[in-house]
Amino acid sequence: MTTVHTYDAVIVGAGGAGLRAAIEASDRVRTAVISKLYPTRSHTGTAQGGMCAALGNVEEDYPEWHAFDTVKGGDYLVDQPAALLMCEEAVDAVYQLEHWGLPFNRTTDGRIDQRRFGGHTRNHGEAAVKRACYAADRTGHMILQTLYQQCVKRNVRFFNEFYVLDLLIDDGRAGGVVAYELASGELHVFHASSVMFATGGFGRMFRVTSNAHTLTGDGPAVAWRRGMPLEDMEFFQFHPTGVYKMGILLSEAVRGEGGILLNAENERFMERYAPTVKDLAPRDLVSRAIYQEIKEGRGAGPHKDAVWLDVRHLPREVIEEKLPDVTEFARVYLSVEPTTELVPIQPTAHYAMGGIPTDDEARVVTGPGETPVPGLYAAGECACVSVHGANRLGTNSLLDIVVFGRRGGKHMAEFAGGSDPPELSERPEGIARDMLDGLMSRREGANAADIRSELQESMFDLGFVVRSETSLKKMQQILGGLRERYERVFVQDTGRTYNTELMEAAELGFLLDCAEATVAAALARDETRGAHYREDHPMRDDEHWLKHSLAYRGPGGDVRLEFKDVKLGPYVPMERKY
Amino acid sequence: MAEEPLGDVLDDSDGRRVGAGSKVTLTLRVRRYNPDVRADSWWDEFTIDTEPNDRLLDALHQVKWYQDGTLALRRSCAHGICGSDAMMINGKNRLACKVLVKDVLPKATVEPIRGLPVLKDLIVDMEPFFAGYRSILPYLINDEGEPDRERRQTPEERHRFDDTTKCILCAACTTACPIFWGDEEYVGPAAIVNAHRFIYDSRDHGADDRLRILAERTGVFRCRTTFNCTDACPRGIEVTKAIQEVKRSILFERF
Repeated sequence: MTTVHTYDAVIVGAGGAGLRAAIEASDRVRTAVISKLYPTRSHTGTAQGGMCAALGNVEEDYPEWHAFDTVKGGDYLVDQPAALLMCEEAVDAVYQLEHWGLPFNRTTDGRIDQRRFGGHTRNHGEAAVKRACYAADRTGHMILQTLYQQCVKRNVRFFNEFYVLDLLIDDGRAGGVVAYELASGELHVFHASSVMFATGGFGRMFRVTSNAHTLTGDGPAVAWRRGMPLEDMEFFQFHPTGVYKMGILLSEAVRGEGGILLNAENERFMERYAPTVKDLAPRDLVSRAIYQEIKEGRGAGPHKDAVWLDVRHLPREVIEEKLPDVTEFARVYLSVEPTTELVPIQPTAHYAMGGIPTDDEARVVTGPGETPVPGLYAAGECACVSVHGANRLGTNSLLDIVVFGRRGGKHMAEFAGGSDPPELSERPEGIARDMLDGLMSRREGANAADIRSELQESMFDLGFVVRSETSLKKMQQILGGLRERYERVFVQDTGRTYNTELMEAAELGFLLDCAEATVAAALARDETRGAHYREDHPMRDDEHWLKHSLAYRGPGGDVRLEFKDVKLGPYVPMERKY
Repeated sequence: MAEEPLGDVLDDSDGRRVGAGSKVTLTLRVRRYNPDVRADSWWDEFTIDTEPNDRLLDALHQVKWYQDGTLALRRSCAHGICGSDAMMINGKNRLACKVLVKDVLPKATVEPIRGLPVLKDLIVDMEPFFAGYRSILPYLINDEGEPDRERRQTPEERHRFDDTTKCILCAACTTACPIFWGDEEYVGPAAIVNAHRFIYDSRDHGADDRLRILAERTGVFRCRTTFNCTDACPRGIEVTKAIQEVKRSILFERF
């Protein structure tokens, strides 16, 4: 049995981008939000440190300074018009969240308080600037709650625990999605004029990650299988301060509030790598510095593969009031008392700069000429606008989701209001049905957990902070083997009710797609830029590589690459010093 | 520098999550239910080798991934923020990702949270819980025109409702409440916590409406202050205190 639902706009994913889009679209047209989770479980909720906007509440600041930092932080792979637009709209976006009730921390005169964050500077790099609006170290939680509250107020229609497996495309335009209802095991067709993917990232391809178990690149992979390109997949951010071994994020706000990094020799090593902003350098530089310290034997801990995060010198009230969650993570998961002890950290896979290519209205665009796909949208981490370029600045993801979630929600509603969806084919659920039947058909075979953990291990060893042609070719070979084994995956649970094993098997397939695109793009880019560090090509190469990569799934499951020029603007690429 | 005293996470392996660490043996006794298989619930016991600093969630994953794929549970972030994996662990409502193996050795009994219909194994129907949440108007109510900039709020005013902004809607509190077990009409602690978050927000004008709702038969006066909710909250919210404050507001301020 397949149920068919008809809406004007369908949004896949209920994190910050999806909810923000839903608020915009549901005021205008019949809108459904489909999520494999309950909305408040979305990973936006785990973002900690803040959301930058040049309010100038604490220090002089301008959107243009913010845009410059974003472009420089992204190692000049940022599309500059999009960054300028985002930083300009940031100010109103923050005020709107405040008007909707977001409980920001306050200055003594009652304004939104702001603090420092990595890579955010005054007047084009002079010094760190207080730009991040925050609510303790729970800013993402507050954004997610606030947006969900606004959806409740507007009676937005949610389909919770519905897992989207396929995108309907008819003659080059979007016509809906097919989703698997976890509670019943039924397939549902959502027929709609416009579809937005807002499904988040895919950090689960790496062993050490800050990402939720559920961040498996479903949206990008579904789009990829339907012929859409994935842009800049080689750029994955490794956040410097993950809980040692576990990868749980310890916010950059720790360093924004004055925390520092130490190597095993008790040296504040960031002074050597970024003399001006030191520990508040952008994440790619800090992660690479940590890697270098470890490589040169100054790593801390019994295995010399960590460094220390030190907050012992901070006033107790700063730690308890402004960093309460981070402090608790150290206590719960490391049995470390941060007020008196050093916290062992290591870089953790954190954020996909790449994703489904979009324009400023969050429309999905293909090819070097950026041809829009009518009715198809993407926003948030699963999209690539590109405002983050080769390395996202801290806090800009929360900004990205509200700015482009809003723009996309508005545009998709207007589009849907003016056009009927393409007619459904005879068996619209066919591809999704075949996929599930395939996974359920075997009574023996390969274990999905084994394949997943080998993927994560090898991507951590070969495709992490440091890469080379040799490591990436090896990774490609490993991926080939994993793909073969995946074709023989066996799902033990034959039931229909909450068959989460089946869902995890489908997720693994999507994750493998994302890894294949990532490795192919990383292999092609023989330069170092932002988060993509090639030790065999350690320099940035602007002559050849001011280009975005576009990965397509080839006919035989191989990856085909195209490239498009970066949209430059007022900022001429220069050497990145901090 | 001299080695600082470390969390024992650093001592027990070669730096890999799965490695030659100091393994311990954990027995997991899990209450199972699967309507595809049979009408009543049953108990299963699993024995796994794990590490003391692993989360109980990791242990459940080990069972699901390597012993019994049919085991069903919700989880996502795995560090206590998303609120997916509330379950009853050794008789207490906890998030499986915030309980470490070393704290439950040698055996953990795991059951679904109580008071909501069980759908499969550790998965319960959350809809009644969210219906309670929606009933208290969980959004800022302020019909005055929006200013060009932020609405001002002093740090003291902001602090007034700080505790209840931490709620992650995991349902650990509500499903630990004996009143909720016996009366499905009771909105439950989490809904009151979320009402509290707005009632004491200086920017909000909807307090009267919420207090009226919570003064009803299904509201705060069902609470018998057993403190189960406060004990269960993984975010450390003083839930009972919040409920008492709402009760006092209804009694002394509004009506």
